[in-house]
Order: sequence, then C-alpha cells, then structure tokens
Amino acid sequence: MERPLRLVTTNPLDQLARTLEALLVVASAPLPVEELVAAADDDRERVETALGLLAERYREGRSGIVLESVAGGWAFRASRDAAEACGRLFERPVQRGLSQAALETLAIVAYLGPCTRPEIARIRGVAADSAVAGLVERGLITEAGRDDGAGGAVRYKATPMFERVFGLESLSQLPRLDDLAGDVDELRERLHAVAEQRSA
Amino acid sequence: MIVVRDLDLDLDAFEGPFDLLLTLVLKEELELVDVDVAGIVVRFVERLAEREALDLDACGEFLVLVAALLELKARGLFEEEGAELSELEPEEAAEELARRLAEYRRMKEAAGWLAERLSSERDRFFRLGPAPLAPEPERRLAPQDPEELANVVRLLAAEPPVVSLAHMELRFPPVAQFVARFRALLGRRSRFDFDAELAGLSRAEQAVAFLALLELRRADEISISQAAPFASIRVARVEQESAAANERTVAWNVRSA
Repeated sequence: MERPLRLVTTNPLDQLARTLEALLVVASAPLPVEELVAAADDDRERVETALGLLAERYREGRSGIVLESVAGGWAFRASRDAAEACGRLFERPVQRGLSQAALETLAIVAYLGPCTRPEIARIRGVAADSAVAGLVERGLITEAGRDDGAGGAVRYKATPMFERVFGLESLSQLPRLDDLAGDVDELRERLHAVAEQRSA
Repeated sequence: MIVVRDLDLDLDAFEGPFDLLLTLVLKEELELVDVDVAGIVVRFVERLAEREALDLDACGEFLVLVAALLELKARGLFEEEGAELSELEPEEAAEELARRLAEYRRMKEAAGWLAERLSSERDRFFRLGPAPLAPEPERRLAPQDPEELANVVRLLAAEPPVVSLAHMELRFPPVAQFVARFRALLGRRSRFDFDAELAGLSRAEQAVAFLALLELRRADEISISQAAPFASIRVARVEQESAAANERTVAWNVRSA
C-alpha cells in the first residue's frame, strides 16, 4: 500500500488551499482576504471557503501551527501547546508586562484613537509622555497624523501589532465601554454626598 | 520664619527655589503638567516640621500659592473646558465632574481588561517581521563570480597548521658549561671564531652559548668583533695587563670626575 499521505481528502478547492497555505507561510504579517484573493488570482468566495478549510486543518489542538483570523487578516502562529518550547527559544512580543500607566494609555488610544497626548493627559489627569513613548517603542501604538491647525499635536492609534498581541480580529472586538463598569449614577451620588457634607 | 518663595525644591521636572518655579510657569517656560505639586507640598511640610512653632504666615502664603498652582494645572489639563467648568452651577459642575470621573473609570476598566487579556494571550507566538510589501533598499553589488566565493570559503574551511609545542620540551644546558668551555679554548688560543665553535649545536644550545659569550664580555675577559651584520663573530682574549690598565683608567676617570 504505497500511497502518499494525504491530510485532506480530494476537494475541488485543494489546489487553491495549497496556494493560500504557501502565501501565508511566507507572510510575516496577517494577510487580508483581498490580498489573498489578488495573489491567488481566484474568486473571493472560493478563497474564503478555502480559508475555512485551512483554518479547520490548522486548528488549535490539531496542529502545531494554528491559522487564525487576526488584526484584519489571516496569519499562522504557534499552537499554545508549543508555547513553553517557543518561550525557551524566542522572546514574547510583549515579554515584560505593561505598567498600569501604559495599560491605561493603551486603553485610551485603542478605544478613542486617533488621539493626542493632551487628550490622554486630560482623561488620566497626568502627563502621558513616557507611557506613549514606551508604547510606540513596543510597536503597540503608532503616530497617525496631527491635530488640525498649525503645530497640531501628534495623534496616536493602535497598531495591527496591538491586535495580534491581544488576539483581536479588529479593534471592534474590544468589549463595549458601556459593558465595563463605571456607573455614572454611583459617582454622581458620591459627589453629591461630599458636597452636602461640606455645606453642612 | 520660613520664606516660602525661597523654598528649595528637588522635583523631576524642576530643581531650584519655589519663586523661580513660579516665574517659569508664568512665563510658560515650564509645563505645569509635568510639575509634581504633591512633591512641593511634601517639601514644605518637611520644612515646617523642622521648626517647633507653627509658622502661620508661611502656611497662609504657601496655601495661596499652591492653590493658584493647582488651579493653573487643572485649567491646563482641561484646557478651555476648564473655564466653562468654573461658570457652571454647582449642580452642573458636579454632573460634569462625575462624567469625567466616569470616563476615566471606564478607561481604567478597559486597562484592566487589557491586562487580563494580555496574560491570557501570553502564549501567542507568531512570526514578526518587516511589513511584507515594504520597499527594500536596493543593494548595489558588482557582479560576482560564484567560483571566487567558493575559493574563499575553501580557504576558510582549510584546517589551520598545527601549532608546535616542541619548544616546551627543550632542555637548556647551563650557561656555566659554555663559559668554562670558552675559557679553556682561550687558554689554548688567543682568539676563535664563534660561529665555527657553534657548528653542530642545537638552537637552544647556540642561544646559551651566546649568553656565555655575553657573560665573558661583561667580565672583560674577551673582546668581540664582527666585520658586518651577520658576519661571523670573532672572539679574542683580553690580555690581563690591558685588562688591569683598563681598570686603572676607569679608576682614574672616577677619581677625576
């Protein structure tokens, strides 16, 4: 029984899937579907179906390589089972954790970006210069033009790298701010209580 | 009494007396956003604690100045909205403050969510590289001959010559042996050819023989001459009388000096 090993049974999309596989293994950043369609020179619907096939083949728990939809495109990454071994050889994209100031700044830029340093400072109540510089250096945020008018402040936005590190398909996958706590009523009551104590 | 304006400050953004800080802030040469007002307060309280009696005048002046600083800083942070805020009725102001606090609290929650996400997604490893379609700077190289490259690699791949350790096993004969030998020789003859005497000796023995020669020269027992560099070395016995004469000359020179 000399038969070549086949991972997938014969499928009309097999050839296309192989092409996409090749494109994805060469890429060093997530490839948007449009780019895959153009490179494979095929029909968008067929490409999407083939991507579905590949995602099933390279599924967590089934392969050491996992295909995922992340940061607005498709990309391979290592499976979680292999994380320990990977960690011995490679540095994690955000090896050292992020400080509270960096996390708050990152949250503001991710949710409200593009936004400027004064805007970040306005929300946090302290200057954000070093936190912004650190995040830029780590590649999690990047400059995105300037505020209108001469000498306008530089605006910052979250990068695809941010989405990849946090495993987000896009920024719209961030939880809605309203779902997070932050009950205005409760705060309002507390402020009123303080005001009454003072006037009393 | 404490002079508030002379209060010495050592902050991240500023170092020097308080009144200079105020001047710089008013001239807008120092961003108040960067100034740690709490640090100023701590410094003042420290100075206050150094004294037994409470300096009420200084406290009053300080409070006025720090309050002004804080107001400026708050206006700076909230920009034009700050001005609006002061015109609001207390109820509205509280409402506005609550709105801002809520905004910050939401961002804090979002930061918390990011922190959790970061730790749960810690095990993500993926290929990182330059943007796939980033224009690569063109490398200009003259056309190269692959055979030449192969030759260079061959050179590098060749095994280097083995370093000789033979000298570590060398045995050196004592210098005294050659000194005695040369003395005996000069006892029989007035002069001899050094190179001829060395014929058949090993390199180490030749070196020791040369040391013996120098030893004899130092003792003024011989004179050495050589017609030209690398020519054979002629060794001649120094007559005892002339050696004694030499000694006398030296002594005379020393005395007359």
